[in-house]
Amino acid sequence: MSDSIAIAERGVALRLEGVRRVFDNQLVVIDDFNLSIDAGEFLAVLGPSGCGKSTLLRMIARLSPPDAGRIVTDPDAFQVQYQTAFVFQDAHLLPWRSVLDNAALPLELMGAGREERYARTRAVLDQVGLADAEARYPSQLSGGMRMRVSLARALVTEPRLLLMDEPFAALDEITRFHLEVRLRELWKIRGMTVIFVTHSISEAAFLANRAIVLARRKGHIKLDRKLDLPVERANTLRSDPRIGEEMNRLMSAMEEE
Amino acid sequence: MLKKLLPPLIPFVVVTLALEWMVRAGIVAGYLVPAPSAVFRALLDNRDELAAAMAKTSTGALVGFALSTLSGIVIAVLLSSSRAIQRSFYPYAVFFQTVPIIAIAPLLVIWFGYGMKTVIASAFIVSIFPVIANTLQGLLSTDPALRDLFRLYGASAAVTLVKLRFPAALPQILTGLRVASGLAVIGAIVGEFIGGAGLGSVVDVARTQQRVDKVFAAVLLASVLGLALFGLINLISAVTLRRWHASEQETI
Repeated sequence: MSDSIAIAERGVALRLEGVRRVFDNQLVVIDDFNLSIDAGEFLAVLGPSGCGKSTLLRMIARLSPPDAGRIVTDPDAFQVQYQTAFVFQDAHLLPWRSVLDNAALPLELMGAGREERYARTRAVLDQVGLADAEARYPSQLSGGMRMRVSLARALVTEPRLLLMDEPFAALDEITRFHLEVRLRELWKIRGMTVIFVTHSISEAAFLANRAIVLARRKGHIKLDRKLDLPVERANTLRSDPRIGEEMNRLMSAMEEE
Repeated sequence: MLKKLLPPLIPFVVVTLALEWMVRAGIVAGYLVPAPSAVFRALLDNRDELAAAMAKTSTGALVGFALSTLSGIVIAVLLSSSRAIQRSFYPYAVFFQTVPIIAIAPLLVIWFGYGMKTVIASAFIVSIFPVIANTLQGLLSTDPALRDLFRLYGASAAVTLVKLRFPAALPQILTGLRVASGLAVIGAIVGEFIGGAGLGSVVDVARTQQRVDKVFAAVLLASVLGLALFGLINLISAVTLRRWHASEQETI
């Protein structure tokens, strides 16, 4: 029980009410979208390409406003700027900065002093397994290591809401498996709310506590399910029949039109 | 270093030797194309005059180039700050580029008089456009995801410019400076044709005296100046981009 209390303190709860987003005044990407997300939830958002998954994340991050409806966060005083982090599909690092300076960027932009910035960043680099690589440059890293830097950069501000847009899609499977396990562990330690957009059914099932499947049109939610899986997720779970069942449910929801 | 220098050196030696032979054998008339040895002698015989001229041309080209670098970058930053400003003024920057320098050089003499000011103005005018165009291109092609990231953490426009857009544009800026460096030397020589002094003036005077060897000697020095400037930009590029840009990766 003590776990869930910590989660409630750290994570942010979200409520999307009648959210609508139109592109170029004609293409309705998302319409009348309603969703409640609990504090500390790990939500996977599944759906075909172009169904509005990324648009949804950008709206939650307040990078683009909804055309109608509202997005409410709890606690109220939630400052999106400092407590939300975003991880993109590619690492998107600054090639002229070292690993340390890349991961420290958010703290630098928020005005943290040099010593505090580096101390906090080093702690996070250690958590993502990059303690020995802080002086290296992005051009000297593998794809998996770059994504770790990107993850460290997102976690360095200790966000209460972590938005991830297909972050592991470009990685090889072994690297992806490692990072998924690591992400799940970090989520458990930190108790932040995670919204993870993906089009990989196995990834959604392995990572999330709850998964929603969006329809191709207007972001209609076809399935909203709390996954019946243990809290502890090790790589051995991947061949467990329980995850197979969850994947089948998600798959049939994705296939129906 | 040797690996890089050797390939371009081979054709140079071959062409020089072939030319020397052709002039000595009477296949090419020496008063049209001088023998390389004659050009070398002209370089030695007129070394004081040529050195002084070279110094003047270098100053004109360098000052003009420095001015176009500074103002080109400032103009590009201003143009990139708003689409409206860009739409209103960028066409004039393009128009400026199409004005033939040789046609307006006499005007420059009227405005700035004979001497260095005209030379600098001429070098400046022909070399500013590539700086503006490339810098603007670089500033406008910032990774949208990174712009989002800076917005997410509340970075101001100025901070985003200094920490993201400008460094991200550096490879393109340096490409612009490479082009501009060569043009600045051409601009300086054109200015000197009209405004007097420097290598341009040496070429002009030697031409009227039928001293083809001296013309070639001066042209050679002008090329050396252009190459030196180009090399300087390459050096700056190698130092600043060494860690991160694909175009400089092989040099480490």
